[in-house]
Amino acid sequence: MIDERLHIKGEMDSRLEVTDAPRLKQDGQTPFFKALKKNLFDGPKNTLLTLLTALFSGLVLYQVVQFAVTNSWDVVYIHLRLLMIGQYPLEELWRLWFALYYASLMIGGTWGLFKGAGKAVALTFGSVFLAFAIIPWTTLNTTLNLVACLLLMAGGYLLGSRFSVLKIPALVLWALYFPLTLGLIMGFGGLLDPVLSRYWGGWLLTVILASVAIIGCFPLGILLALGRRSELPVVRYFCIAYIELVRGTPLIMVLFIGQLLIPLFLGGQTGMDNVTRAMIAYVFFAAAYLAEDVRGGLQSIPGGQYEAAQALGLNKIKTTFFIILPQALKAVIPAMVGLFITILKDTSLVAIIGLSDFLGTARRISNNPEYLGRYLELYVFVAVFYFIFCYLMAYVSRYLERSLSKGSR
Amino acid sequence: MIKGSSYTGRNAVIHKEREEKIMKEVVAAKSAVEAAADKNPIIKVSKLNKWYGDLHVIKDVDLTVTQGEVIVVLGPSGSGKSTFIRTLNALEEFQSGSIVIDGIELTDDLKNVEEIRKETGMVFQQFNLFPHMTILKNVSLAPIWVRKWKKGKADEIARDLLERVGIPEQADKYPGQLSGGQQQRVAIARALAMQPKIMLFDEPTSALDPEMVNEVLDVMRSLAESGMTMIVVTHEMGFARQVADRLVLFDKGEIIEMAEPKAFFDHPKHERTKLFLSQIL
Repeated sequence: MIDERLHIKGEMDSRLEVTDAPRLKQDGQTPFFKALKKNLFDGPKNTLLTLLTALFSGLVLYQVVQFAVTNSWDVVYIHLRLLMIGQYPLEELWRLWFALYYASLMIGGTWGLFKGAGKAVALTFGSVFLAFAIIPWTTLNTTLNLVACLLLMAGGYLLGSRFSVLKIPALVLWALYFPLTLGLIMGFGGLLDPVLSRYWGGWLLTVILASVAIIGCFPLGILLALGRRSELPVVRYFCIAYIELVRGTPLIMVLFIGQLLIPLFLGGQTGMDNVTRAMIAYVFFAAAYLAEDVRGGLQSIPGGQYEAAQALGLNKIKTTFFIILPQALKAVIPAMVGLFITILKDTSLVAIIGLSDFLGTARRISNNPEYLGRYLELYVFVAVFYFIFCYLMAYVSRYLERSLSKGSR
Repeated sequence: MIKGSSYTGRNAVIHKEREEKIMKEVVAAKSAVEAAADKNPIIKVSKLNKWYGDLHVIKDVDLTVTQGEVIVVLGPSGSGKSTFIRTLNALEEFQSGSIVIDGIELTDDLKNVEEIRKETGMVFQQFNLFPHMTILKNVSLAPIWVRKWKKGKADEIARDLLERVGIPEQADKYPGQLSGGQQQRVAIARALAMQPKIMLFDEPTSALDPEMVNEVLDVMRSLAESGMTMIVVTHEMGFARQVADRLVLFDKGEIIEMAEPKAFFDHPKHERTKLFLSQIL
């Protein structure tokens, strides 16, 4: 009896399958085509729109490809070294390579150790290295160095993914990275042959300026934000005055002030070169904006958090550092990274005070009569380079935001 | 379905065992406390006055609490009962009168304020857990940074306390992942971690869904039975009748009536108390 029932059930199942098959076939559409139909060809109006958009995009794409293929790009690759590192002396190039080796190893290691956004960073840097290694216009020396960078990155990844005990050494090495490499690039104040900042240029100068500005403005901005909420009137009014003064002034003017007034105030013989003065100007400028971002975060913390911390006996400093700041900074990550991206792009303004950063170098090359009218290739190259790194920053910020908001709703 | 119910069954057994264990500890603790002079005034409030601008929110309040006593503060909203309990650990300032807690006078002196906050634990209506820290970290933070305990010791005590409030398995989660009742129990554990002599509860169950009120009240009940001095602002009449040693009715910033639960509920002296009880019961 039971057997028979099972048998019948089985038969029914198979019948179902048989009847199902043709029905699916009749439909004859894979999910891809269904999505296509639903999203792009949903009625005559949308179909028309889709076709027009496709036509337009096709045209633009055709133009871009034609531009990329028919141009010789020699203006870019002849000046590649100038665009990347400016006039940095050839015999001291190893310092820059060392900085890149160090970075590659750390990026690979971070990917292996912490996963997450390290992957995107490593892949982006890896792709850029690979692209530069593959294009035929770089010297053999450069190619070999870039391959070494890629190998170091891979090695770092392997090390990191095997040995998770390396987490703390990795963080220490990251903290040391910037002072160490900047010191190396400058020559450790006379320990090595000093390379004066007037020889820095191109992407190198852009990165150095942006890094100094971002790293420097962070503590200063937080202090200003806290100061603006201080109960001490002197501190509060000083911070308010500073923030509003800087925010009410164009960046170019701050740069000029840095160039002209700092030597004036400090008595002419400051020994400060104009890159250092630009750095100071950027740090002080960015700090005011960062302070406002952080203040927004501080205001978003409910009063209950302060009360709970106080009731537990935490004093003001401990409350700020353990309870309030971590939450406030987390809340303003998007705004802060937005500011950092702006800083990276705004470093191009140093061209006005006579420094040749990435964009400034491109502009100077395009002024060379030999390459008259060839600025488009240069600017496209510069734009793509900026975009890659700005987008990477935005991506990492989104990742940080998501991973830090895990657990807390 | 079956799997689920058997799990809750097992949980219930564990819970009961735990409660029995706590009860035994409680009985031992209580007799010890009773032996040590029960009549110590641990909180002494006299002629306390507070204004918000022109608004007189606390008027000449006197209250003396002996060690181990449980005081439940009742009153309509806006009566000043929350403000009163918050002045006890200096979350609110007061303009005249005095507060002495465990022999320390509450003054503007930050040192005294710090000492008093070490002696008093506070539980808030909105829990106020630190959302960026794990439960364990929430509980062990203050012992590590205020009491200066070693991390190992603080974590161990934190885990014990989480066990005591019945949620040891949540230690590594974040506050946002817990229900309201669980969060409030963590908040109680967090306050207890500082080993306070007095616990202040500011409407601890008012923000909870009804089905979670009891789990919190149970913890408070066992805490009261362990001999902790407690001042509780609440609207939970059952808890007040069952656990309180004395009830205090606040209205318009004044103490209208103060009595033992039986007298308070059965023979209230003041018309205002009768009105309040008729509205709430």
